Amino acid sequence: MNSLLLVLAVLALSSFAYAAGTRRSMRAVGGKLQTLHSLPGYYGLYVALWCGLPALFLMVAWVIFEPSVVHSLVLASLPPSALLDAAGTPLPPERVRLLMTDIANIASGNISSSTDPLIAQAGAYQASLQSTGRAIMIALTLALAVAGSAWGLKAIAPRMRARNTVEKVVKVFMIACSTVAILTTIGIVLSLVFESFRFFQQVSPIDFLFGLKWSPQVAMRADQVGSSGAFGAVPLFVGTALISAIAMVVAVPIGLMSAIYMSEYAAPGFRAWAKPALEVLAGIPTVVYGFFAALTVAPAIRRWGESIGLDVSSESALAAGLVMGIMIIPFVSSLSDDVITAVPQSMREGSYGLGATKSETIRRVIFPAALPGIVGGILLAVSRAIGETMIVVMAAGLAANLTANPFEAVTTVTVQIVTLLVGDQEFDSPKTLAAFALGLVLFFVTLILNIIALHVVRKYREQYD
Amino acid sequence: MATHNTELVRAGLKRRYRQERWFRGLGLAAILTALAMLLTLFVTIFSNGVSAFVTTELVLDVPVTAAEVDPQGTRDPAVLSAANYRKLVSDAMSALFPEVTDRRERRVLMGIVSDGAAYRLRAQVMADPSLIGQTVRLNVPVSSDYDMLAKGLVDRDSLEGDRRLADNQITYFLSLEERGLITKTFNSGLFTEGDSRQPELAGIWGGVVGSVYVLLVTLALSFPIGVATAIYLEEYAPRNWFTDLIEVNINNLAAVPSIVFGLLGLAVFLNVFGMPRSAPVVGGLVLTLMTLPTIIIASRAALTSVPPSIREAALGVGASKMQMVTHHVLPLAMPGMLTGTIIGMAQALGETAPLLMIGMVAFIADIPSGPMAPATVLPVQIFLWSDSPERAFVERTSAAIIVLLAFLVLMNAGAVLLRKKFERKW
Repeated sequence: MNSLLLVLAVLALSSFAYAAGTRRSMRAVGGKLQTLHSLPGYYGLYVALWCGLPALFLMVAWVIFEPSVVHSLVLASLPPSALLDAAGTPLPPERVRLLMTDIANIASGNISSSTDPLIAQAGAYQASLQSTGRAIMIALTLALAVAGSAWGLKAIAPRMRARNTVEKVVKVFMIACSTVAILTTIGIVLSLVFESFRFFQQVSPIDFLFGLKWSPQVAMRADQVGSSGAFGAVPLFVGTALISAIAMVVAVPIGLMSAIYMSEYAAPGFRAWAKPALEVLAGIPTVVYGFFAALTVAPAIRRWGESIGLDVSSESALAAGLVMGIMIIPFVSSLSDDVITAVPQSMREGSYGLGATKSETIRRVIFPAALPGIVGGILLAVSRAIGETMIVVMAAGLAANLTANPFEAVTTVTVQIVTLLVGDQEFDSPKTLAAFALGLVLFFVTLILNIIALHVVRKYREQYD
Repeated sequence: MATHNTELVRAGLKRRYRQERWFRGLGLAAILTALAMLLTLFVTIFSNGVSAFVTTELVLDVPVTAAEVDPQGTRDPAVLSAANYRKLVSDAMSALFPEVTDRRERRVLMGIVSDGAAYRLRAQVMADPSLIGQTVRLNVPVSSDYDMLAKGLVDRDSLEGDRRLADNQITYFLSLEERGLITKTFNSGLFTEGDSRQPELAGIWGGVVGSVYVLLVTLALSFPIGVATAIYLEEYAPRNWFTDLIEVNINNLAAVPSIVFGLLGLAVFLNVFGMPRSAPVVGGLVLTLMTLPTIIIASRAALTSVPPSIREAALGVGASKMQMVTHHVLPLAMPGMLTGTIIGMAQALGETAPLLMIGMVAFIADIPSGPMAPATVLPVQIFLWSDSPERAFVERTSAAIIVLLAFLVLMNAGAVLLRKKFERKW
């Protein structure tokens, strides 16, 4: 909250600087605006930027670097004996981290697990460092804001090109914004690769990718029985493929036929309300689908299975896949609709001219022509199904069965990621790191599917342009 | 020869027309199936959720004795706060059934009212200490099992072992109902309370406030960044490898599974930057990265729809490129950009999976006090409740979904209105 106030103060100073800059530029030319290089507002913005930007940069840098500086200062202030254990050997890093957490807890006034006076003293030291640091940061930021505005005001002269400078700053801001997408991708790849690398140091990638047993329990004690941990992800891949396949079996025929009817047959009045109604399906949050699957569809399938003498698990792959298919229908139908309407009218007319009926034209002319685009759309839908999380978390099981039977419970990659990471786990056990390895596989599979799909769609589009 | 061909065609015509009708029927059936599924979903959710907007309350006369609440007569808030209101409620319950003396049976009686009764009594006494010494007539919530019973969601004729309430419990409750002490009122607690382990006390307000904070952070970051990116790519960027790289990245990010953004948030924001777990700020950051592609793509479409003649006219009268953009192109493209932003925000509002990764799944009973405080959001609240076994939580979950869907409908309707109102054909 304190930092927010500071930001607001800097912004207030900037608006003063804007007013001062505008006024000063007008005074510099004695009211004859035509002798001024830029409009007065640009001089105001120039001064405001000088006031705000350096100050905010300083503040951000301070907030980022302060904790590590304080950390090393406090660590250095501890007497060497505090970092040795009873036997006189240096403490392992995790014990040092625990110690520092204790100190930080005391510094922020929380309850600490330690009553050692040494730690209490270090805590007090850290608290004093933090409060002086904060005071210095506030003083420096405000001083920089004022100094910046003074500098900017001094630079104002009739021939100064304020507009060009301001526009350059804005352009730099825009370029910086557009690199966010690149940074995000880099961030995703780096974090996934880095954590997966740590995982693969403990579990071999061959075992992970081709192992048939998934049981991510790691023994807490060396003598514990039966939980050595098995990280063979094949059952998860098969489960994901099974549920996605069921989803596609539901979504592709329904979505494709809806798109064909919508674009070739439907009267404009019907289309006007049916198309948005279908799109409602795409706007429903996945957690709602998950609830629907778990509460209504799964028990219904179970009852139906029992009535015809089948043994259906209450978390069957069928329920999750079915509901996921419903979710994907609008995705398939709107993509197919796009490619079907993109087929040139002349091809339809040529076919009608030869005496073909409408359905013959669709099946023999339009569908083959639109096929690459439809395939691209379906691939995108598959990637969507593979990455879908909430429906399977709520409706699919946790048991890693290696089966192709849709009535049994299977688990998926996303389900396991969620189960492994929700809850309290130490962050360097293979159990949590496995989630990142699964995430890496998920990321690359969906990425490759998307690249292929986009390639197919783009290639097809060029045919008729 | 010609007549022969015509006859061949005629002979096949009936079959071909039949195929035509079949094909057409299949298309219609596909649409109707999809719509039927949509309808089933809505009907299920609404039929389950509507009853949660009503709650069952017991009218209870509680004698607030000075000996129990404030023996010294100091009226000190600390004393008033610490008094044993549970006992007062329990005594009042026993007074309703003077014939019950057995300790076990009395505990059963006390089980009819929710723990919330004591909180409500305390709030009332704290607000008005003059009530001490008087008898307060209070509407107290009943426990969720009795709430279900009163709403008819428990089959009273089923075997005793099959339901959560024993026969004697039902008898007590029916006697209260006969005396007219049971009322049904609008469930305001659902909208004003935070999460709770007891279904009758659980509300969605904590989730709503958390969602609002998350969306504010998302909006404040994703709108400026998205619009700036779109302007740069459409109006400024030269065609080179760097621009291509940005475009490829945006297109790929649009299709990355949302849970991967959660992993990014966990690895980068929480573990590298040490941001607090469960905080709306982190949730907002993750959702910003997720919604950016949507906003950028919509904003670029809005910018391309502005005709080049407007740009040329602005440049022709001497505007700089930046002035051309900010004074002319941007205002004309703004409605389209806002529409895209609203749609992106609606996506962010319904998103759950990435937020589970950054710890927003914790049980939090307090209403979050700010963007740094631990919070949960509405969809995660739905996820948490859907995991609870009590029948009453099914009702609450459905009600929370109804509220979430209402918000989404409002946002999408806003987007449609905006598009209708400002859409221009050039």
